[in-house]
Amino acid sequence: MNWKLAITGVATLCLFVGAGTLLSPASVAQDAKIDAKTLKPAASFQSIANERERSVALFQEAGKVIQHPRCVNCHPATDRPLQGVNMHPHQPPVFRGDGGMGLPGMQCTTCHSAENTPVVGQADTIKSIPGNPAWHLAPIEMAWVGKSLAQICQQIKDPARNGGKTMDQIVEHMAHDELVGWGWKPGAGREPVPGTQAQFGELISAWVKSGAACPAS
Amino acid sequence: MVTFTLNGQERTFDGDPDTPLLWVIRDFEKLTGTKYGCGVAQCGACTVHLDGTPRRSCVTPISTIEGSEVVTIEGVSGTEADAVKTAWTGLDVPQCGYCQSGQIMSAVALLQMVPKPTDADIDGAMAGNICRCATYHRIRAAIHNAASSMEG
Repeated sequence: MNWKLAITGVATLCLFVGAGTLLSPASVAQDAKIDAKTLKPAASFQSIANERERSVALFQEAGKVIQHPRCVNCHPATDRPLQGVNMHPHQPPVFRGDGGMGLPGMQCTTCHSAENTPVVGQADTIKSIPGNPAWHLAPIEMAWVGKSLAQICQQIKDPARNGGKTMDQIVEHMAHDELVGWGWKPGAGREPVPGTQAQFGELISAWVKSGAACPAS
Repeated sequence: MVTFTLNGQERTFDGDPDTPLLWVIRDFEKLTGTKYGCGVAQCGACTVHLDGTPRRSCVTPISTIEGSEVVTIEGVSGTEADAVKTAWTGLDVPQCGYCQSGQIMSAVALLQMVPKPTDADIDGAMAGNICRCATYHRIRAAIHNAASSMEG
């Protein structure tokens, strides 16, 4: 057997496989993934002439933040929060309690403090315990788990399900609320939501100014 | 320099501000009743009372407790603590015992907040205290016994 020829053949095959990888759908998906980690500026939507379409597009862009596990995990549809980008049930098992602050004897503050707390000497997958002065679950009427972006959009506009907020108050909440802002600084070992809170606030503001239209589905 | 109260006595700590409260309690104050279990607030072995509520000391940087009151298993006292101690010994709750100081700190705190807890109250409050020996049934029974003993 001619080993030199065989090795050259394998190398050639690898080259072809490599070239195939470059052009595969996987690489396109990777581009989309990168896109999910950034936010387009609100001004870039001005090119959409139809106001309703522009409004929907703005909300869909903001949806990259709203539907990120970092936000949805604490808007559970049950009394138990979720954890991690794979959105598994919170461990240890904790439950909503009064004001979304946990049950007597096992409140959020039993483990979560006013700031993210680094841990050392642990598995690579556990780098910090998240924290914020306002750490708590969103009320059950604000549950987002299992809902489409269109459903969440209607929910956010409904005073019965948004804490009685006006649209101006929604803009203020999204743009400046400290616990919302935690999503962009979630602590070591946790993927932040895309963009910045200022960009997100601008998207929500532009969405409201353009009529706060919701996606059809 | 951090100043806090430990079991009723004023203490100071001037080491690394990131040092977890657990290690200040164990290594510097030499109170070893509070245990290290997981280091990431998953097991409850390190539970103490911080300003009257349960807190996992392994994830509590000492810099965050300036002016706070810390109570450990060595210092916990009062009606609920006495009732828990009697109930725990009465049922011989511990097996290996490693998790028990954390279990007791959580149980005392629960009874301070809910004097007559239901099974659901107990499960909710104790869910973060893991026991490798699975003494959960005796823990639950002992909390009920402690609650009953406080009624008289």
